[in-house]
Amino acid sequence: MPLRLLKYGLSKTHPAERHFARTPELKPNYDIVIIGGGGHGLACAYYLAKYHGITNVAVLEKGYVGGGNTGRNTAIIRSNYLTPEGVRFYDESMRLYQNLSAELDFNIMYSERGHFTLAHTDSAIRTARWRAEVNKHLGVDSEVVYREDLRRMIPLLNLSEDVRYPVMGALYHPPGAIARHDAVAWGYGGRASQLGVEIHQGTEVLGIKQESGRVTGVITNRGEIGCGKAMQAVAGMSSVMAAKAGFKLPISSTTLQACVSAPLKPFLNDIVVSGSLHVYISQSSRGELVMGGSAEGYSRYNTRTTLDLTEGLMAHMLELFPFLGEVPLLRHWAGIVDMTPDFSPIMGETPIENYYIDSGWGTWGFKATPVCGKRMAETLATGRVPDILEPFRLSRFNEFALVGEKGAASVGH
Amino acid sequence: MKILTCPLNGPRNISEFVYGGEVVDMPDPNRCSTDEWADYVFLENNTAGVVREWWYHAPTAYWFIAERDTVSEEVIRTYDAGTVFKERVEFSKPEPSADSDAPKKD
Repeated sequence: MPLRLLKYGLSKTHPAERHFARTPELKPNYDIVIIGGGGHGLACAYYLAKYHGITNVAVLEKGYVGGGNTGRNTAIIRSNYLTPEGVRFYDESMRLYQNLSAELDFNIMYSERGHFTLAHTDSAIRTARWRAEVNKHLGVDSEVVYREDLRRMIPLLNLSEDVRYPVMGALYHPPGAIARHDAVAWGYGGRASQLGVEIHQGTEVLGIKQESGRVTGVITNRGEIGCGKAMQAVAGMSSVMAAKAGFKLPISSTTLQACVSAPLKPFLNDIVVSGSLHVYISQSSRGELVMGGSAEGYSRYNTRTTLDLTEGLMAHMLELFPFLGEVPLLRHWAGIVDMTPDFSPIMGETPIENYYIDSGWGTWGFKATPVCGKRMAETLATGRVPDILEPFRLSRFNEFALVGEKGAASVGH
Repeated sequence: MKILTCPLNGPRNISEFVYGGEVVDMPDPNRCSTDEWADYVFLENNTAGVVREWWYHAPTAYWFIAERDTVSEEVIRTYDAGTVFKERVEFSKPEPSADSDAPKKD
């Protein structure tokens, strides 16, 4: 072993195995073109190749793999939503996540922690109770807990009544988890690449070619390619891409910010969220506290961070964990999120016959990566939208049949 | 701290303002189709670039229009809504029509 290591160190070529194939030349034609090389696009490519035998697939990524919201979220995975449609969908995702390291033979560092959504008002307790009942009915582990339970379960949480918003109770979701978000993109991308899918980094889509209501190809900065079907999975840029294809979306793009503290010894096992205070916190396996707030209140295509957010966030955070006042912040970043009016995603068909969409992921997209990839792959392969995606169709807005998840998704992510 | 210039109150902290969405024409709710109404209510241009949008200064309950670049976040100008909307918009009751689906009163 030391000899091999020495040989490797002295060699000029460093013949380590690449995780992804190098970006190849574009072929003139692909069966399926996926626009966006984040977790969702790569997951879809993986499931297409693995379970539907479709490998003539190109994933086009403007920047680098997983460099958008896949690498900017706070990596929380949970399924304690409010509507039956939402709970069913996110629960399937959670089951896929639980087995994902084995499925991909790649450690995504899935870590089950327990998830608390704190309630500071009577109405928040009522929503928690409502969610718990919907969750339990659909087989999801979820329960309302009160102050005496919290004192035992999160010993360091400030339960004092001498704060602006005293904690009254919480919705407790034991399977709530975190994972390494980059690893999810790398795992899906690496395996898809091994199965023959082409991942084109640094390839921006400039236009969508159409003939008589069908997409025939895409124009990129590296030339034109033809395709049988296409799907866009571009998060914050969804409306911009849809405009290239010629339709509008019920999406408003804005910014979501998050930050991490300097690493501390492990003291916080659970994920703690407060919808009323607009904060959430968890401790990563590196010991950093991962914290975030709510999305900006106005339309924005800009990833600059603001001091207002950090100040507002920390003021509330110090109510929950006062001793954090001494802990320095390490990094602070922002991502462009695609918010929908009902806080539910938009997946499936578009006004264009062979052009599919995976968007509207706002602040809740990471946890849905496996299920969305799997089900969108099914949609692309069979041309039929599976029942589990049907409630999230784009046409629901014209039918005024929204899937209202604001109570469960707006800050909880 | 971000500053927005209110046409009524001058430069103020952004936290005093509420975003009101893009300035778009409202179709006549009594005459337009359901699809047109859904488009008006839900669909967004969501432009990456210069947009014209409603803002509200909450402490003085004052609505105005801002032209802003959503990419660079530069505010180009802000002005009173009266410079664009010169006539009062009336929200009249639906006119009874022969092809209306609404139940009629006798």
